[in-house]
Parts: sequence; C-alpha cells; structure tokens
Amino acid sequence: MLKDITLGQYFPGDTPVHRLDPRTKLLLTVVYIAALFMVSTWGGYALCIAALGAVMAVSRIRPRALLKGLKPLVFIIVFTAVLNLFFTAGDDVLFRWGAVKITYTGLERAVSMVLRVLLLVSGTFLLTYTTSPLAITDGLERLLSPLKKLRVPVYELSLMMCIALRFIPLLIEETDRIMSAQKARGADLETGTLPERARALLPLLIPLFVSSFRRADELALAMECRCYNGGEGRTRMKQLRMTGRDAVAFCLGGLLVAGILVLRRLGI
Amino acid sequence: MKSIELRGLTHVYSRGTPFEKTAIDRLDLTIEPGMTLGLIGHTGSGKSTLISHLNALLKPTAGTVLLDGEDIFASKAAIRAARSRVGVVFQYPEYQLFEETVFADIAYGPKNQKLPEAEVDRRVREAAAFVGLDERYFDKSPLELSGGQKRRAAIAGVLAMEPEVLVLDEPTAGLDPAGREDLLEKLFAWRRARAATAILVTHDMTIAGRCDRLVVMEAGRVVLDGAPAEVFARGDRLLATGLDLPPAAHIARLLRERGVDVPAGVYTEDQLCRAVLDLWRRKGGVPC
Repeated sequence: MLKDITLGQYFPGDTPVHRLDPRTKLLLTVVYIAALFMVSTWGGYALCIAALGAVMAVSRIRPRALLKGLKPLVFIIVFTAVLNLFFTAGDDVLFRWGAVKITYTGLERAVSMVLRVLLLVSGTFLLTYTTSPLAITDGLERLLSPLKKLRVPVYELSLMMCIALRFIPLLIEETDRIMSAQKARGADLETGTLPERARALLPLLIPLFVSSFRRADELALAMECRCYNGGEGRTRMKQLRMTGRDAVAFCLGGLLVAGILVLRRLGI
Repeated sequence: MKSIELRGLTHVYSRGTPFEKTAIDRLDLTIEPGMTLGLIGHTGSGKSTLISHLNALLKPTAGTVLLDGEDIFASKAAIRAARSRVGVVFQYPEYQLFEETVFADIAYGPKNQKLPEAEVDRRVREAAAFVGLDERYFDKSPLELSGGQKRRAAIAGVLAMEPEVLVLDEPTAGLDPAGREDLLEKLFAWRRARAATAILVTHDMTIAGRCDRLVVMEAGRVVLDGAPAEVFARGDRLLATGLDLPPAAHIARLLRERGVDVPAGVYTEDQLCRAVLDLWRRKGGVPC
C-alpha cells in the first residue's frame, strides 16, 4: 500500500530527456511554469499541452503514470473548478437554478484554471519522473552556488535535501515493516473513532522515531569514519556538463515562450 | 490445530510499473499441523513475501490461502481470525517494541485479542518464561534491554497471543552462538508443549536440519520439498539455488565424490560418525 506512493518517484530510463543535464531540466521547468502563467488564450493552452505531450513521448513516460501521480490532487482540482464555476460574476448567464447560476465567463475560467493546475503539476512530475533525486539535488546545488557569496550554506542545504530524499524510501519501507509487525500482533489501524485511531498510531510512530534516530546516528558515524568534513574543497564523481543536447532543449523552451507570446498578441 | 494450504499463490509487486517483480509464482503448498517446517531459499527467493500471506498481511495477486479449509481473505472477521491464529515474528522483531514497559509490550497482542485482564497477565508471564526473560525486566523500558533480551521480549509478544501456527523469520539472526542455541531450544520446546505448527525461515542449514520438513524456494517457486534427509541428499540441486549444506552433509558429499560409500541423506554429525564407523567395520577394522 505505502509502496504505491509516486510522489517524487523516479522512473529510470535512457531517453534524451533522461540524459539532459539536471540544471537544464530545472531551469526549463521554471521557464515552463512562468510560461503557463503568461498563457491567456486557448491556443496557448493547446501549445502547452502539445509541448507536454512531446516531452512525454520522448521520455516514454506513460500517461498512466502521470494520472496516478495526479490522483491525490483530484480534490484541489475539483475545488478550484467548482469555485470558479459558481462564484464568477458575469452577465452572460448560461444556466440558472434558484440562487445558483453558471456564467459563460465562469465556465471559461473554471476550465482554464483546471487546465493550468493540471499542466503545472504534470510538468513538475515529468521533471521528477525523468531525473533521479540525486541529480536534482546536484543540479540545484550548482544553480544556487552563486548564493555562497552571500554566505548561504548551499552545500549543507543540498546535502540535507539529498539525505532527506534518500531516507524517504527507507522510511516508507520501515513503516511498512513495523506496520506489518504490529498488525501481526492484532493492531487495528483502520477502524475506531478519531482519538482511538490516533492512539492506535503510537505503536507505529514510536518504533519509527527510535529507528530514525538510530539511522541518523549510524549515518553520521559512517560519514565521519570516512573523513567527511564538510563541503569545502570536495570534488565530485559525476561532473555536470552541458552539451549540445541542452542547447537544443533551451532553444525549444525559448520557442515555446515565443509561441505563447505570439498567440497572446494574436488573441488566438 | 490448523493445516495451511496455499493454492496457486502468486504475488506481483508494483504491478504495471517498471519496477514490477513477481515474488511468488503459482505456488502450491500444504502444511500439515503439528510439525516444524523449515523454509529455506536464497535472499529474494520469496520466503518473506510468502509468510506475509499466511496471516493475511499481504493479499495475493492470484490464488488462495486456506486455513483449515477456509479462505483467510473471505471476510474482515476471517482476516482478524487468521492474525490471531497465525503468529508471525518478522526479521529483527526488536524494532517493533514500543511500550513503556516490557510487560505492557508483551501484553499488546493479547490485549488486542480482547482477553480479560487475568488471562493477559497469565499469558505474558508464561510467554516470558518460555523465552527465558526474567520477570525482573517487566517494569523496565524495552529500550534498556540488551539486544538478545529485546529479541526475546519481541518473540514473547507473539507467543503471548498463543497462536496455533507460529511463523518465525530468521529468529536467531544476529545473535551470538550460545544465545542462538538457547533461543532455538526454547522455541522448539514451546512448539512441542503446545503441539503447534511452526514455520521457520532460515539461512542456517544446521537449524534447517532440525526441522521435520524442508521446503526450498527459488524465484518464487518450490524446488525441493521433503524430510531434511531427502533434501540434503540432493546436494547439487541445493547448491545450485545458492544455498549451503550442513557441515556433516558437506563432508558426506565430498567423501562420496572420492568414492567412499557414505549413504545419501546423511546430514548430522551423529549419522556421519555412524556411517563411517559402519564402513570401517565392514572393511574388517576395529573401532577405536
């Protein structure tokens, strides 16, 4: 059950998208998000959907994986849609039933908001699906490295992020294991009133806490045993290098933005 | 006493993703009551996945698990009953301890079974005595115990539920040799005293040799099944799955390879000694 969590999951592969430099992918995701907020026409949305589809096709990410990731967001998306659908002021009423009315403006706004949220989340999912967490932290660290001048502990931050990401699957596995053990002893985690259920979580949380501290301790010890002493002067095994592929990707990203701006000007 | 029947059991992890993995593949197995069954196999052969089905923790992708002829997934009540009747001690069970005192931790299972106070008390004391955990530890925090004592406390927590089938996944992993022998002796004694069924997952062939029946798994299927003597007689097949032989069976095998006629199926030191002495006598030698 817990193993099915797809948040931030990485699908290994060897496609041009997977091989892109993580910095390129991070920057392009930011550009893509910014572009989404510049979209004001249906043509613009069509262009964004086409771009997303193209990236999915090249990276061989199946739509099903994307849908699975979107599932936890259904509530937010429906909420946004309903809010915009019923509470948008306008005179072009399409449908009226007592105090409830749906306006053409409202419908238009609801559809475009839902599209925007879906495209936004799908875009960031594509980043995490095609880039390993380690590569993302690596890329982030390099992108943020100018902040070192301002005494921001960039290296430490990225190490923390890296360790946190590394520990997520471990913690999920551990939770699964302790859950099994307590269920085997007759623990009932699914039924009962809210306070009862909260209390039923104790047998799960306490061992998890204890083992997390133990793991953190062991990791710190293991790092010190291997003479870890901070980020100063460390070299890397995997050097990040931009290639022609990244240049092409940036050009395509630029084209997407230009296309959206042109469509906006034309009003299509 | 319950018999366990697995019919066409299949379990596939992460179905429909690139991580899809078939852990158990159309497995059939019947476990008769009142015996100790050793489940052996290389890491990743599906042993741990298999035992999680026995008390309804994992739902099979296909196939059924029958406890005394009844499907344990038939209803919520059936699942609950299976959890109560089939006690599972997972690997490194000491990490599941959570209560403030050792007593309360051992009592967690029986309390979930909704037993009266006095019965819980009796079971906790009995289970602790069985694993050799002194009552003076009862008021201590489980975290203060040593590794071996933690293991005992955790196993007592499952024994206190008085299951009819006890499943143990590597119960002696990480213990010192003396502690290992002591704990095993106590677990075997518990099984005999209660005439329960025990299923023992192990990598240790000496421990496997002490079971009544051995089931060898490879890639989610049963490849060898029989009394230890029968299984160890097929040393080649066993070694091919990446497992080992007990030391005595290994020596017997090497002797056979060199043309000494030691019977197949010898796997304890005693049997080996007797077989060698027999041969010696037949050749006219006098045992010293």
